[in-house]
Amino acid sequence: MTKVLASYRDPELGKKILAQVEQWADRACHRLGRWPVIMEVCGTHTVTISRLGLRSLLREKVILKSGPGCPVCVTDYGDIDRAIALARLPGVTIATFGDMMRVPGSHGSLEEVRGWGGRVEVFYSPESAVDFAHCHPETQVVFLAVGFETTVPAIGLAIEKAQALQLGNFYIFSLHKLVPPVMRALLTDKEVMVDGYLLPGHVSTVIGSNAFRFIGTEFGVPAVVAGFELVDILLSLAKLLRLIAEGRPQVLNGYSRLVREQGNPRAQALIERYFEPSLASWRGLGNIEASGLKLRLAYRELDAGLHFPLEVPTPRIPAGCACGEVLKGKVFPQQCQLFGRACRPERPVGPCMVSSEGACAAYYQYEAQGAGDQWEGADE
Amino acid sequence: MNKVEKAVLLAHGDGGKLTHQLIQELFLAYFGHPALQELSDAAVITMTRDQGPAPDGLPLVVTTDSFVIDPIFFPGGDIGKLAVCGTVNDLAVSGARPLYLTCGFIIEEGFPLRDLEAVVQSMAEWARIAGAAIVAGDTKVVPRGHADKIFINTTGIGLLLPQAQLGYQRVGPGDKVLVSGSIGDHGLCVLSQRQGLGLQIGVESDCCPLTDLARDLIAQVPGIKLMRDPTRGGLATTLKEIALASQVDIQVEESELPIRREVRGGAEILGLDPLYLANEGKLVAIVAPDQASQALDIMNQYSPAQEAAIIGQVLLGRGNVYLKTAIGGTKYLDLLVGAQLPRIC
Repeated sequence: MTKVLASYRDPELGKKILAQVEQWADRACHRLGRWPVIMEVCGTHTVTISRLGLRSLLREKVILKSGPGCPVCVTDYGDIDRAIALARLPGVTIATFGDMMRVPGSHGSLEEVRGWGGRVEVFYSPESAVDFAHCHPETQVVFLAVGFETTVPAIGLAIEKAQALQLGNFYIFSLHKLVPPVMRALLTDKEVMVDGYLLPGHVSTVIGSNAFRFIGTEFGVPAVVAGFELVDILLSLAKLLRLIAEGRPQVLNGYSRLVREQGNPRAQALIERYFEPSLASWRGLGNIEASGLKLRLAYRELDAGLHFPLEVPTPRIPAGCACGEVLKGKVFPQQCQLFGRACRPERPVGPCMVSSEGACAAYYQYEAQGAGDQWEGADE
Repeated sequence: MNKVEKAVLLAHGDGGKLTHQLIQELFLAYFGHPALQELSDAAVITMTRDQGPAPDGLPLVVTTDSFVIDPIFFPGGDIGKLAVCGTVNDLAVSGARPLYLTCGFIIEEGFPLRDLEAVVQSMAEWARIAGAAIVAGDTKVVPRGHADKIFINTTGIGLLLPQAQLGYQRVGPGDKVLVSGSIGDHGLCVLSQRQGLGLQIGVESDCCPLTDLARDLIAQVPGIKLMRDPTRGGLATTLKEIALASQVDIQVEESELPIRREVRGGAEILGLDPLYLANEGKLVAIVAPDQASQALDIMNQYSPAQEAAIIGQVLLGRGNVYLKTAIGGTKYLDLLVGAQLPRIC
């Protein structure tokens, strides 16, 4: 397995495929009469592309944009405000993944609330949050369930465990989001100009590549499910550019060593057992029907939203924050007036600068500031 | 209560951007001594006759560090070993021979005496190995819950080695950047020991004294310009600090970075970048280009796995650090920002 993985990371092989990417980019450019625009819809892809320095390599060949692929980034202000309000309740401990700690709500972040005395614990897995609740019966543990389809099965297993232990102090605050509905929202948005999509590999392992076929059949746009190693990303880019160059609106699986057409039935069953689709509010994109998940009626006793009914004021959205536009790929992070000035990783204004998987943070961390200059006017 | 009062965050102590801000905007505003303004690993103080009976021109090197690691025992070390090595290494990379240590203990009520003895034994052993004598100390016990098991502060005093000519101002374009062995081992080891993570990655902390290595480098490589030990914030943060303080750019080759497979894999699982993981037994050296291979040979004498490497070079510039990726792309490295790490040093 290690040898197999090593071949996917082989820089020499990468350079060969990069040459193919450039060739197909030129052909796509020739067909379109402009540089092709590709959007990745996965935070890990955003980070990987930045870490590889791909944007600098494909300068003046391809425009790579980052879509709503980071679950932290798309969490709405109102939901963050509610999580912060929960953290301030006496006897409540918020359990969360690390990335959520620094996401700014209207008034501070969970990290600041913890500094001020609120009880917030960071966990790497929902199951360890269940263990924490089991060991601390004196506190009500609310797990911030953030993530796309990939993380939901693990939440399901945590619920299973909490029920087996008959815990009365473990709750789920479901902020889950689903990728296909947001893809549909992007594709129907006339302002979003994208020639092809790199689709999330991890999400596809759960829901299957067929779940994205509608992108080609209904909207006539090509897309490729991509993995996360150097060779995965480059091969998928080459495939996608070829589809664009040849005008073929297909959806291909570029991560077939892990992704099946039908996905993972066991993981899907876990999601199905505990959750049902619900309206969800996406930062920058607004409300999208059936794009979130709420606990089914049978498990409502675990629903933090029902157990701790909190009214929070209308969120105060910071002036000038272009996270919503960034998530739609309408602007590059560097084109936001706050980027690198009022909004920096140590003092983020918008969530895209908070999460390590956020588009703005990835750009800021791994790409020379000012690299976005080349894109000015790219959409004209 | 809508507005959260400004308070100290955990990120203020991670060695990254917020730590830098706190130092610049608060500590330096009140503590303005020129030796402190240098913001190096240790302060070089030259005693003069008007300050007392000390002989003129004795260049003392002083540093202090506190250790609050969780867990206190980990593969490859413990808080006692770390408290000695961490401070001794700050002296060593500043060009000093460590002579004396003081140690202050803050102990939580109920801390097992057996564990305390193990920590103290470890301190004694590693101080002996590092050639430093523990000559003063202090003990405070706080009520249960007011501290996490045990916190240790150590202050180190050393003498500047006569050949030591280290300083940010000496770093210039063309110099080579070297690291004395694999990076990220300590950070990942401690993180993987974290309760509930259940990671079995088989990585040991690299915690060890750098006194002999630093001494040999200074004695045998006159072209050594600067040394740093890349602890909190990891290699990337240290390089960025060097680039800023020396007002140069630094370019690092990703393919030359010595990162163990287990560290790379573990870091991937946790979504971390090995470049930002702490090290406790490695040093970064900036060396004149014609003496880089000589410095590398000396480093490898202390690296059983021969993992020392020339990882990049210094360029004309104004404080940027670039990583040349394996496929030829360029990425920009900044100071660590708010990593979700347990206390690691």
